[in-house]
Amino acid sequence: MTAYTAPVRDMKFVIEELADLSLINQLPGLQDATADLVEQILEQASRMGSEVLAPINQSGDQHGVTFKQGNVYAPPGFKDAYQTFVESGWPALSFDPDRGGQGLPEMIATAVNEIWQSANMAWSLCPMLTEGAVITLETHALKTIKDLYLPKLISGEWTCTMNLTESQAGSDLAAIKTRATQEGDHYLITGQKIFITWGDHDLSENILHLVLARLADAPPGIKGISLFLVPKFLVSPDGSLGERNDVYPVSIEHKLGIHASPTCVMSFGDQHGAIGYLVGEEHNGLACMFTMMNHARLAVAVQSLGISERAYQQALAYAKERVQGKSNTQQGRVTIIHHPDVRRMLMLMKAGTEAMRALCYVTATSLDYSNRTEDEAFKTKHLQLFALLTPAVKGWCTELAQEITSLGIQIHGGMGYIEETGAAQHLRDARITTIYEGTTGIQAQDLTDRKIIRDNGKTISSLLDTMRETADSLSQLDDNNSTIIHSHYTEAIEALAQAVSWLLDNYKDDINAPGSISYDFMMLTGTVCGGWQMARSAIVAHNKLNDASESHKDFYRTKQMTARFYAEHILPRASSYLKTILTGSESIMAINTDQF
Amino acid sequence: MKILVPIKRVIDANVRVHVKSDGSGVETANIKMAMNPFCEIAVEEAIRIKEAGHASEIIVITIGTSQCQDILRSGLAMGADRAILIETEAELQPLAIAKLLKAIVERQSPQLVILGKQAIDDDNNQTGQMLSALLGWAQGTFASKVVFNDGNVEVTREIDGGLETVSLQLPAIVTTDLRLNEPRYIKLPNIMKAKKKPLDILCPDDLGIDVNSRLKVLSIEQPAKRAAGIKLADVQELMDKLKNEAKVI
Repeated sequence: MTAYTAPVRDMKFVIEELADLSLINQLPGLQDATADLVEQILEQASRMGSEVLAPINQSGDQHGVTFKQGNVYAPPGFKDAYQTFVESGWPALSFDPDRGGQGLPEMIATAVNEIWQSANMAWSLCPMLTEGAVITLETHALKTIKDLYLPKLISGEWTCTMNLTESQAGSDLAAIKTRATQEGDHYLITGQKIFITWGDHDLSENILHLVLARLADAPPGIKGISLFLVPKFLVSPDGSLGERNDVYPVSIEHKLGIHASPTCVMSFGDQHGAIGYLVGEEHNGLACMFTMMNHARLAVAVQSLGISERAYQQALAYAKERVQGKSNTQQGRVTIIHHPDVRRMLMLMKAGTEAMRALCYVTATSLDYSNRTEDEAFKTKHLQLFALLTPAVKGWCTELAQEITSLGIQIHGGMGYIEETGAAQHLRDARITTIYEGTTGIQAQDLTDRKIIRDNGKTISSLLDTMRETADSLSQLDDNNSTIIHSHYTEAIEALAQAVSWLLDNYKDDINAPGSISYDFMMLTGTVCGGWQMARSAIVAHNKLNDASESHKDFYRTKQMTARFYAEHILPRASSYLKTILTGSESIMAINTDQF
Repeated sequence: MKILVPIKRVIDANVRVHVKSDGSGVETANIKMAMNPFCEIAVEEAIRIKEAGHASEIIVITIGTSQCQDILRSGLAMGADRAILIETEAELQPLAIAKLLKAIVERQSPQLVILGKQAIDDDNNQTGQMLSALLGWAQGTFASKVVFNDGNVEVTREIDGGLETVSLQLPAIVTTDLRLNEPRYIKLPNIMKAKKKPLDILCPDDLGIDVNSRLKVLSIEQPAKRAAGIKLADVQELMDKLKNEAKVI
């Protein structure tokens, strides 16, 4: 196992230079979020990550979770780590100060979450889901529910899960069968849910389940689904814990990765019905759940960023230590980081991870702007931008993380394939990210159908204009790196613009077109958005190089060269995605099912 | 009772240290800095003493550039009540630091000063002892246990032969060893609160202390690389090498 240290300098660079902390902390309520405070927060989170969470990452993977007599137990050390996490006040970071939160920006929460995810992804899923649930309850629940449950969720004393999937209802939630019947001031829930992450465990004294279920008089399809809050232990009006509710884990799954995160089959109402409380309006549950889902989608993108960073740190440490072969420039046998092909892999990991980081943090700023601004037009702009970017960021980051964590193994050679080394765990853990909270296919479809076609390309056109402005700024710079980056970057922007036009021109004539090209379209969008952030990073680096002291110059030169690597090695993929998009659906849909 | 905790900003313990190419010192530009680990233990101990009801106020103090405010903020976030920075660009040696601290002690009148026994950069292990001598106070150095007892403080010291317990009359100086305690994780709400706690900035001239160095650094170099070891066949060969090659016996 290798150690994890949060890349605080890189994080600060993104926070201050690309995600514009100095604009964020001018928003109402965020004036405390100054650069020096943020640095302290990152340093302390880094310490918690590397000293408390990272050391139980590999042992958690090897030990896995235990299901014993109807209860689920997390691996050794997980409960203590959670206790330390709660006592240190981290769960409350971005929440309302009136309910015990610290009221810090979502963008900072995103950066801190990267640290947890890098340190221990399986563990971090638990607080990640609770965070999403708080936002959902805050937005949709009645005041009585908020007052009773939110303080304990914000403090982290209780945790939360999301219960959507049933065996016949995965991506297609219209098929949900779990039932709810009203009984006085509450509802009785019966049914079975599967794939419930952290559905049961011993980290917290109570667990709240957000459950999608159907009322008896519900219209068919997704318009007939309601959302309920179902506590593991019922809560008295004074906040104390009462009876055990009729909701139990039935079994846990044996998975490819995230072994330390219990994935449960949950049974509701086997005895007399699980008591639940309505969240939002009847039959409007899916809309409410999407509040949680959208939060979770960005959070999963951050997971894939975190796991990529961890894989990079481990591969880098190995490449600097493993002696093998000779190099043209050095005498004797050398460490493998001297070999160009190992460099290529490390650079791809580094550039990819940095682009993801910038994109995730910048996307999170749209939440801060839309939550806090008093300017309605500005708010709408950022809501639309967030809606557009969410599927692209989730889809692209999680797919890129597969490549990056796989390269992490490749750099280790044979040792990477051995579990003991720990490099394989990152790939196994990363593998879930393209599946949960909406698969890559679902993200791609959301992007093309709802965010491009339904919007008639308006939001993406305005994003393309913003990207072109960045290109213009880049073209003003008179150094060789900037010129090279500019040339690849403008080509990629125009590839995306062409793909948007093609989609809008063809979706009516060929009903299979959007579904056939959506994956390539999403990857194209993500790749270009990543390039946009790397171009911005190159501009900042260029400007800083002019007046940075010699000791800081290396940092900015590295930023510039990483952006150039991205332009030369990752951005050209844009043209390839475009080429495929322009072929439409024919070769995908031509042969019939029997011909497969 | 007030406790004064002098702390130092040093290169982070996890960073590999490099000597500057001109041999004038150690490379510190652009390197991650942190509170000296022994000083963290000192702050932690002060907080525990306050939590146990033996102290009413904890003041953290450091001497150095304006960047040193970050470790003061960390000390405040751990639980200190206020902070003092004596701002100077000068390269300070333990005697000058002890003199500055003496001046602060006279102004603030703490009953107890807790320091790290040494800083991990220069490893001098002198400031606490010098301060004790300048003030004429009792000292309990290398503490691995500190217990309050009717106006006295019992300090268990880590010495070469084992442990020694001394009883000091207040006011006193305590310097901390590694086993004294394990510093707490800083809580997020306390990071936020620390921002609002008072931090006073002074300069050496305000205190009328001459901080000029009494020592001159001639050069600093990386320790010589250790040669690879060899395996010997038997004790006889070892004796032979010790006698004839190393010439130590």
